[in-house]
Amino acid sequence: MSARVQNLLLPIAVVVVSTVALLFLAGTNPWDPIRFIIEGSIGWPPFEAGTASKIGDTVMVWVPIALASAGLIVTFNAGMWNIGIEGQIIVGAIAASWAARTISAPRPLLVFLTIVAGAIGGMLWGLLVGVLRTVGGVNEIFGGLGLDFVAVSITTYLIIGPWSRSGVASTSGTDIFPDAALLPSFGGTRLSPLAIVITLAAIGGVWILFRGTLYGLKLKAVGANRPSAFLMGIPTNRFLLGAFMICGALAGIAGTSQATGFHFKLIPAISGNYGFLAILVVLLARFRAFWVIPISFFFAMIAVGASQLDLRLDLSSTLGGVLQGTLVLSAMLGLGWAAYRARKHADAADSAAQDAAT
Amino acid sequence: MSLELRDIHKHYGPVRANDGISLTVAEGTLHGLLGENGAGKSTLMKVLSGFHSADSGEVVLDGKSIKLASPDDAIAAGIGMLHQDPLVFLPFNVIDNFVLGSPGGSRLDRKKAAQEFAELCDRYGFNIDPASPARLLTVGERQQLEIVRLLWLGARVLILDEPTTGISADQRSKLFVTLKALATEGMSVIFVSHKLEEVADLCERVTVMTRGKVVGEAEMPVPPEQLVKMMFGQAVEVKDRPAVDHGAAQLKLSDIRTASGMLSEEPVSLEVRAGEVVGLAGMEGSGQDAFLRICSGMRNPRSGSVQIAGTDLTGKNYRDFLAADVKYLPAGRLEEGLIEGLTITEHFVLAGEDRGFFVDWGKAKKRAEAQVDHFTIKGTEASTAESLSGGNQQRLLLAMLPPRLNVLLMEHPTRGLDIESADWVWEQLLARREVGTSIVFASADLDELLRYSDRILVFFSGRIIGELDAKATNVDEIGLLIGGRSVDSGAA
Ligand SMILES: Nc1ncnc2c1ncn2[C@@H]1O[C@H](COP(=O)(O)OP(=O)(O)OP(=O)(O)O)[C@@H](O)[C@H]1O
Ligand SMILES: [Mg+2]
Repeated sequence: MSARVQNLLLPIAVVVVSTVALLFLAGTNPWDPIRFIIEGSIGWPPFEAGTASKIGDTVMVWVPIALASAGLIVTFNAGMWNIGIEGQIIVGAIAASWAARTISAPRPLLVFLTIVAGAIGGMLWGLLVGVLRTVGGVNEIFGGLGLDFVAVSITTYLIIGPWSRSGVASTSGTDIFPDAALLPSFGGTRLSPLAIVITLAAIGGVWILFRGTLYGLKLKAVGANRPSAFLMGIPTNRFLLGAFMICGALAGIAGTSQATGFHFKLIPAISGNYGFLAILVVLLARFRAFWVIPISFFFAMIAVGASQLDLRLDLSSTLGGVLQGTLVLSAMLGLGWAAYRARKHADAADSAAQDAAT
Repeated sequence: MSLELRDIHKHYGPVRANDGISLTVAEGTLHGLLGENGAGKSTLMKVLSGFHSADSGEVVLDGKSIKLASPDDAIAAGIGMLHQDPLVFLPFNVIDNFVLGSPGGSRLDRKKAAQEFAELCDRYGFNIDPASPARLLTVGERQQLEIVRLLWLGARVLILDEPTTGISADQRSKLFVTLKALATEGMSVIFVSHKLEEVADLCERVTVMTRGKVVGEAEMPVPPEQLVKMMFGQAVEVKDRPAVDHGAAQLKLSDIRTASGMLSEEPVSLEVRAGEVVGLAGMEGSGQDAFLRICSGMRNPRSGSVQIAGTDLTGKNYRDFLAADVKYLPAGRLEEGLIEGLTITEHFVLAGEDRGFFVDWGKAKKRAEAQVDHFTIKGTEASTAESLSGGNQQRLLLAMLPPRLNVLLMEHPTRGLDIESADWVWEQLLARREVGTSIVFASADLDELLRYSDRILVFFSGRIIGELDAKATNVDEIGLLIGGRSVDSGAA
């Protein structure tokens, strides 16, 4: 077997084996939960008639994860850990909710405006992380985490305060948005073709950015070696800010989709933690844009399908989260091992040197 | 410890970096390794020190064949390597770098380690502050740190890959004294260099490599012409350059002074005219670095003014200087210059003047191929920066220089280049004088300074203590000034 095939198969094998082992430990026949997850997300057998609504849900979970992942590829290439992506999704959702609640316009225009508002909201929140980093010298991980908390607090404040439902102050969310503000969807399901198109366009855009554009190449240079990039005359800070803004805008659209395409209102947990999931997706995809499509769909299936577990198997639905975690860890282990082997063969003096010195 | 390499092969794809190398180094000898850029010297040394595993071949130490799967194995066997670009953990301080990789594990006695560090430094006359962050060290000091670390770890075979590129003459003589002392204590030293006089000065035996193969061995002393012939197959003659008329002042510093550190004591004023070449001499870290950074806009002076081609750029930033056709080439190739992971083509795209949104990869590839060809870079347009040999990385940096420049500022411009290439590179650089480029370069190589400069400024502990006419001075005079030993400073 060629080394390349081995390197690809090995992580997958590790994932399968460790997942099955985990399910055995949880005391179930490993096949059952897997089947119920598939059944709960896309139906069993898959894509059977009458499963349209489930599939719609899964796709609309895929949309924000994939959008956020596309954004994260940009910041990762710029050498930044944009943990603040959660906050950017949330602020995007808030901005979209604001537009949905306050602007009155015919449907296509209003939908467009909510998306623009979401993108701008996320972008500004991303920019803030970038400014903290470049001007304030605050590490983007800490700045991002802090801003995540701030965003959550703002959401809660809005929901129980100014935007509370008429009469009741409840944490269950705001009033449902007017119909004209909702993402147009497909026959009684949540599935929104517009959201799918935007997501695919974003992924394609990111692919083109790093494939063919000078801007993408410069971003990569900034991410790989800032002093060298600076000496080449690249305004490194401006590029870092740009990366955060692009990522924030995509995250903001993800938040918009959550607000106007999934929950139809602003709820406290509006991000669904999809920003954090997206970080895992991007690590698994190894920063390659097109891999984001299947991997985030897989994560969306687990997220949606796991809710079936407690109903059907008396297993906690948090098993879904555990599954996702195991998956990522074992895939990382597999990749790490493959990389280790590749190094043994092809060598990378640098990493070897680091291993040696630690 | 005697060391034998038997039939070492190491290929990178189609590149036969080592193509059946056999080599014996006797105990207590200083063994020189010579060869043109890309000959495979660093590769061989990395195999020997466990950083790369050979495709085939054997390493025999004191008659026993040993397995070198990692640098740990090598250092455990007593083989220590000093890299061409010293691998230092920049965010850590000196003493942390020193104790990293010590076999003591968790029972590390930092106090004792610090004491031993101080003793080793003392013994070899190194002057490194254990508490200073490693990123503030000069290349020379990083090397010294690495050497004491390897000695501390018990190395008995010491590999030095171009240890003298980028360090001062003073540090170099200190190093040579150290190496000779180590050899008499039984240490086997392998010394890779492009400088024949160093090899002649230091080594008892030399091996010459070309294109992955050993092409000759000799017992020193051997006349340098013969070594050159072994390396290049022919003699290399260094031509005299015609003088160029100097034009108006391109770079003008008036009463420059920094807020702290180097160049903070005495104001510096200087004019460099179009077509003029000014060499900066001095021990590593005597202020040349700060000087070049001010000239390039990387750093702003506290007082005084900087003018480029008649325009006042005081207080402007690096990018403004760049826009005024000022280019700065620092010493660290992979730290401040090239970008690991990016290909040669991508480097040229980044360095180029392209303005468009999309990159025309077809065109970029052609341009890169042409440059690889013109600068005879060993590699292809798809090679990544880190896969190039040291000398070829230097060529790439030079190839990336913009065609039009008012002021070119460089640290060790021919660092790591073999004699033939160094000469060729200077030919290219000096050709820029015709179009009015002013060149200011720092070098540790006094011959280089004398041969190519019009004027030489000597730095000593943050001050310019001498300004010499390169035609009217000599190695000895500069050497004295570099050591700060002239009585009432050289003539201006
Ligand atoms: N990781 C790598 N991947 C691909 N090619 C490599 C790699 N490392 C080295 N090479 C190639 O192997 C050849 C030998 O390189 P090496 O660094 O050993 O040369 P060298 O003799 O040390 O040259 P220099 O004097 O310029 O330092 C070069 O052609 C180089 O491009
Ligand atoms: Mg080398």
